[in-house]
Amino acid sequence: MMPDLGKYVVEVLSAYAVSILLLLGLVWLSVRSARKARATLDAVENRMDKRNG
Amino acid sequence: MSIWEYANPKKFMATTAPVLPWVMWGAGVTLVVGLVWGFFFTPDDYRQGSTVKIFYLHVPAAMMAINIWVMMLVTSLVWLIRRHHVSALAAKAAGPIGIVMTLIALFTGAVWGQPIWGTWWVWDPRLTSFLILFLFYLGYMALWTAIEDDDTAADLTSVLCIVGSVFAVLSRYAVNFWNQGLHQGASLSLDAEENVADVFWYPALVCIAGFILLFVGLVILRTHTEIRLRRARALEARMRA
Repeated sequence: MMPDLGKYVVEVLSAYAVSILLLLGLVWLSVRSARKARATLDAVENRMDKRNG
Repeated sequence: MSIWEYANPKKFMATTAPVLPWVMWGAGVTLVVGLVWGFFFTPDDYRQGSTVKIFYLHVPAAMMAINIWVMMLVTSLVWLIRRHHVSALAAKAAGPIGIVMTLIALFTGAVWGQPIWGTWWVWDPRLTSFLILFLFYLGYMALWTAIEDDDTAADLTSVLCIVGSVFAVLSRYAVNFWNQGLHQGASLSLDAEENVADVFWYPALVCIAGFILLFVGLVILRTHTEIRLRRARALEARMRA
């Protein structure tokens, strides 16, 4: 299944590994900060609601 | 209905939220198809050997690095001219995505250049302008975090974005402006005579589509995040007052 990359195996695999890691890291950080922001806003809105009765 | 209605954060979020999962899943599927096709099912190039497979990452990432800056320029100009907060936040949201795309383009270019050019790096016009674009991305994000007042930060980062656009344009056209250096001209062009062979071209197009969808999905998600954070800060300020 794995294609024969010949003498460039390190170059090709490192390019794919680093790029995919960077992309996955970006997606993970974006999703994590989106969840945090949603939780922060919910908490502030709840405090505001309680304060306003 | 006017496009400016979407400058309202509520309207923007209500319109884009239902689309977001579709865009993200579409990006994932398109990227997997394109990269698997390019990596497993395309032949080696007769001169570059298997390093041609790096092309499926390098070209879309480089295209996105430049075009994301252009998107940031447009949204920054909208902020400066019309003072729509969503456009400033969309520019801020796009910054980290641009940094990652530039980093991928620089890394994959260096890894490809070592065996093919015989060097990881050379102070070639395109490579140098790309490195400066990367530094502009870093400076842009640093400026956003350094300034506490949101509107002042949006103003100053917009000006920085306009200045940095010179390097975004240079990164794209440096090969044409200065006919020197190692980097070749555009690999993909609408001019059929300049295009790479179809066997490389079709998977590359799928990868480009995947990178574009990923950018659209991430910029929507990150803009939602920025809108929520800004609303939370505004509510806290109101409670303190």
